[in-house]
Amino acid sequence: MSQHAHSLKEGNNGKPVAFRSRPWAATLILTGGVFALILGMFLSVSFGAADIHFAVVWEAIFQFNPDITQHQIIQEIRLPRLLGGAMVGASLAVAGAIMQGMTRNPLADSGLLGLNAGAGFVLALCFAFFPGLPFMYLILYSFLGAGVGAGMVYGIGSLAKGGLTPVRLVLAGAALTALLSALSEGIALYFKIGQDLAFWYAGGVAGTKWFQLEVMFPWILVALIGAMMLSRSITMLSLGEDVAKGLGQRTALVKLAGMIIVLILAGSAVAVVGAVGFVGLIVPHLTRFLVGVDYRWIIPCSAILGSLLVVFADLAARMVNPPYETPLGALIALIGVPFFLYLARKERREM
Amino acid sequence: MQHIVSHYQTRKRNRAFAVMTILAILIVIAFIISMNTGYIRLSPSDLLLTLIGSGTDKQSLILFEFRLPRIVISLLIGAGLAVSGCIIQGISRNALAEPGILGINAGAGLMVMLFISFYPSTSAAPVFLLPVLALIGASVTAALIFALSYKRHKGLSPTRIVLTGIAVAAGMSAAMIVLTLKLSPDKYQFVATWLAGSIWGTNWKFVLSLLPWIAILIPYVFYKARVMNVLNLGEELAKGLGAPVAKEQLKLLAAAVGLAAACVAVSGGIGFVGLIGPHLARRLVGPKHEMLLPTSALTGALLVIVADTIGRWIMQPSEIPTGIVVAVIGAPYFLYLLARSKA
Repeated sequence: MSQHAHSLKEGNNGKPVAFRSRPWAATLILTGGVFALILGMFLSVSFGAADIHFAVVWEAIFQFNPDITQHQIIQEIRLPRLLGGAMVGASLAVAGAIMQGMTRNPLADSGLLGLNAGAGFVLALCFAFFPGLPFMYLILYSFLGAGVGAGMVYGIGSLAKGGLTPVRLVLAGAALTALLSALSEGIALYFKIGQDLAFWYAGGVAGTKWFQLEVMFPWILVALIGAMMLSRSITMLSLGEDVAKGLGQRTALVKLAGMIIVLILAGSAVAVVGAVGFVGLIVPHLTRFLVGVDYRWIIPCSAILGSLLVVFADLAARMVNPPYETPLGALIALIGVPFFLYLARKERREM
Repeated sequence: MQHIVSHYQTRKRNRAFAVMTILAILIVIAFIISMNTGYIRLSPSDLLLTLIGSGTDKQSLILFEFRLPRIVISLLIGAGLAVSGCIIQGISRNALAEPGILGINAGAGLMVMLFISFYPSTSAAPVFLLPVLALIGASVTAALIFALSYKRHKGLSPTRIVLTGIAVAAGMSAAMIVLTLKLSPDKYQFVATWLAGSIWGTNWKFVLSLLPWIAILIPYVFYKARVMNVLNLGEELAKGLGAPVAKEQLKLLAAAVGLAAACVAVSGGIGFVGLIGPHLARRLVGPKHEMLLPTSALTGALLVIVADTIGRWIMQPSEIPTGIVVAVIGAPYFLYLLARSKA
């Protein structure tokens, strides 16, 4: 609310800011989470349309034999799918955490940067005018679309006097998202390609290929390391821009760096699995609830919890109604909603 | 000092009145243009003759039975959605809040989707049943969100409502995605058009069913403008000033739900008006609700009537869903205002 009074719950009237950070909880999540993730991965590789024994999984990974069908299934279908899910979950969760921290808005996620809408719009154009584009190109274009969308949000938000305030960022993102989504919807209705787009949008890691992972992995790794390096600055920003400036932070620089990281993380994720909403919105809330307000803990824990959520949701997506797959986005919402409702009832005001 | 302050306020108030007058004039112009827009053109003289009752039968049929009800509906839903959004933004003090957060669009959409999925034929879906279903879906969802975010001894808190709303709306959207993938293509097309926000209630019966909601709730909200100013200071401050915060919040939110649910029922998901209408108004007249609420109603009404007219005119004889046009014309203007703003 640009002209609304800002509610600085903490840090105003001269009181020292009370950091509520719970490093113990965070350490527990990080260690336990890694174990849970490994367990989830094993389960995920063995269960599916065809159940495969653990021993065979072990062999397929460490003593690969291309003549055995089960080894083929594991190597070519399940492993990439699983790793893709883990990567995408971590990326979306961290991107959401950064967005919420920078804008201090509990409704923010990476979709607000215009990424999903930009990617969706470009996809709508591709489906309408160049049907049958090879998959590789679709991914490339949707990443470009995500970048252009984010660039526009950033540019428009920065044009105004006083630069890019969190409120401006949020509003520019919402408006541009609405515009691009409307255009995509219009194209979809006119060319009757809505359902094809819906399939893409429903999000799924089913078709993940090794080459996608190879392209994605270095970017995501660098972006995650960058997020860790930026985490202290984000904690400051999350106390409010004035506080951060008062502590001597160059806020414009931090916001730009943060947005670039979000673009890389969320853009890669959108390009590979479509728009899996909700991960970026809910995981940061859950993490803050567990580990407190220090982003040095929030970011790594978000990554772990995001991976867990997507890996287990994808496992569920295959188990619910085999051999058919339930849309991943729907299952994530199904798992996430009860958690989120619980959080909303607890309601700690910690942005 | 006193003198200077009051002088400043008078200037601000005069400016707000000027803005409202200009908006009202624009709405009248849009109304006139909208009346002769469509597949069959009515020249201004035809319009005048028809309005005073001496046009041909065909002309009066087109004007009175098709165009006028639709124009009136678009004005009503524009005003209703924008005021609803204004309340929700004011109470939650979140710039991203809009009626959709209370699960209204998701609830209505899911209900319509369920009905279409299990209804045997596609073409003959009873037009009068859909708004009723949408209204039920929207109200039930909003009630669910209220119930889930209510805590004993603490009442309702806006933050909790917003978060609960996200969760419930997300759950419903997920259910809708699952249903979407199972629909036959022609059914999908129908639902998609509805969700994109098409004013298909071109009928006086729809106007009559919508009118009481708007005519009762909007004046009620205007009458509460001062309370909203106090609530806007934040909960602690408002409590300190002695306002019965929880009770007032609940009343106002209920009004917001009523307005939005009624509008969504006849128009599908025109989501953007509730988000952008109030922001446009805030950039034009500032944060005082005595001015902000009426200006929101006017900006919303203007947005939807212009969008509906363009949607009918640009690709004749087919139509573009109004919701899409609203976003396509509203968003760029909003972004322009945003880029020019000082605060």
